[in-house]
Amino acid sequence: MNLVVTDLTQRFAGTTVLDRLSLSTGDIRALVLVGPSGGGKTTLLRILAGLDLPVAGRVAFAGRELPRDEAGLQAYRKTVGTVFQAYNLFPHLSALDNLLLPLVQVHKLSLEAASERVREPLERFGLAAHAHKRPAELSGGQKQRIAILRALVVQPACLFLDEPTSALDPEMAAEVLDMIQELKLQGTRFVLVTHEMQFARRAADEVAFIGDGTVLAHGSAAEMFTNCPQPRVRAFFQRILP
Amino acid sequence: MPRWLAHLLVVALLAALVALAFARVNYAWNWPAVWAYREKFLLGWLTTIAMSLAALVVSSLIGILASLCLQSQRPLLEAVGRVYVELIRGTPLLVQLLIGFYVIANAVGLENRYVVGVLVLSLFSGAYMAEIFRGGLAAIPTTQRDAARAIGLTPWQSLRFVILPQAIRLVLPPMAGQLVSLIKDSSLLSVIAISEFTLSAQEVNAFTYSTLECYLPLAAGYLLLTLPLSALARWLERRFHYES
Repeated sequence: MNLVVTDLTQRFAGTTVLDRLSLSTGDIRALVLVGPSGGGKTTLLRILAGLDLPVAGRVAFAGRELPRDEAGLQAYRKTVGTVFQAYNLFPHLSALDNLLLPLVQVHKLSLEAASERVREPLERFGLAAHAHKRPAELSGGQKQRIAILRALVVQPACLFLDEPTSALDPEMAAEVLDMIQELKLQGTRFVLVTHEMQFARRAADEVAFIGDGTVLAHGSAAEMFTNCPQPRVRAFFQRILP
Repeated sequence: MPRWLAHLLVVALLAALVALAFARVNYAWNWPAVWAYREKFLLGWLTTIAMSLAALVVSSLIGILASLCLQSQRPLLEAVGRVYVELIRGTPLLVQLLIGFYVIANAVGLENRYVVGVLVLSLFSGAYMAEIFRGGLAAIPTTQRDAARAIGLTPWQSLRFVILPQAIRLVLPPMAGQLVSLIKDSSLLSVIAISEFTLSAQEVNAFTYSTLECYLPLAAGYLLLTLPLSALARWLERRFHYES
């Protein structure tokens, strides 16, 4: 994906959340952001996903700069997908209509073409039987998998996932992680914020450790998890990895 | 005890008390005198319905505009919304009707008292509607807007496909309640000589001196409208009660 972030700064109400953060990846498929809560992972992901404008700094994907105005960002958001921790499905629409809405209204597919597009993924991920249920009738794992599909069926250039399993019990989290793993094998590019270190180790091409609003360490999954030179990062992994 | 039986019991008890009170005052009933004016009652009742429905439509529009003002980032618009809502909700409808009809409508040359009546009633109700709409929109979590933006919807599409469908479910029950208030409040239109239900009863009373025979049907006529609406409001509330 060749992500290049340069001197990215973000402030909310005077508090600096990202402080001249810079990061440059290779042409990879999966970047995983880890680190302590409040360190700036989600803030960074929201900027990458085109949901927030930074105060300063630049972001480029595969050589293309992210737009700096809301109109440009809106066009950019059509080309990527975002998955939130709390699913954020539309509660008044069935699971199926949640998937059809972006296809029909944003990407201007006909209803038939859109229905055709979502049929196979719904079946592959075991969700076809639940397609006509409202989100309130789905389990947490089902909701999150529908939310991932909603971001995926528009065939985004990159998927941004913000702690997609944090609200789920271990069994449901496993369902969702399996799905992400399968998507990766099929070639989906994604940036994932997670606390699931085992999964990060397995799925990540590169891992960036975000803390205090900056990148404290960055490297391949193997480098980061086994022998990171940063003492603070090593301590973090030692505390949470078995 | 089943709910319907409990309701029936309470109503029966109340009816017995009222009957007892009427028996004690030894009132000389004269229903035939009032029955002769039944068409006048019907016409007044229909006028009340028409005025209330018209005011519901106009006050919904005013309410939407005012709620947008209340949430505006521009200080002047926000001030307009806030002053309007507080002024209207803080003063009696009676005063608004008298000033609206005898001063403002006169000054701008608006002569049709029915139009003035609907306008003043709508301005009054619109202030309450504004708060209903503001509350409905505020109840939609910001994460829904986030999700709508994330899938690439424009602000207008996000309003149309995500925010409004959810907000409407939230505002329908209180709007039905507001219509109940409108119907009762429209009785004050009698002070600017609009021949709605209450003025009809007052006039028949003046002709026949049969006060209770005029005002009891009046109360019944209002209940005939407001009870089903209250039931509708409760039904809507149950119907749209799904949670995310």
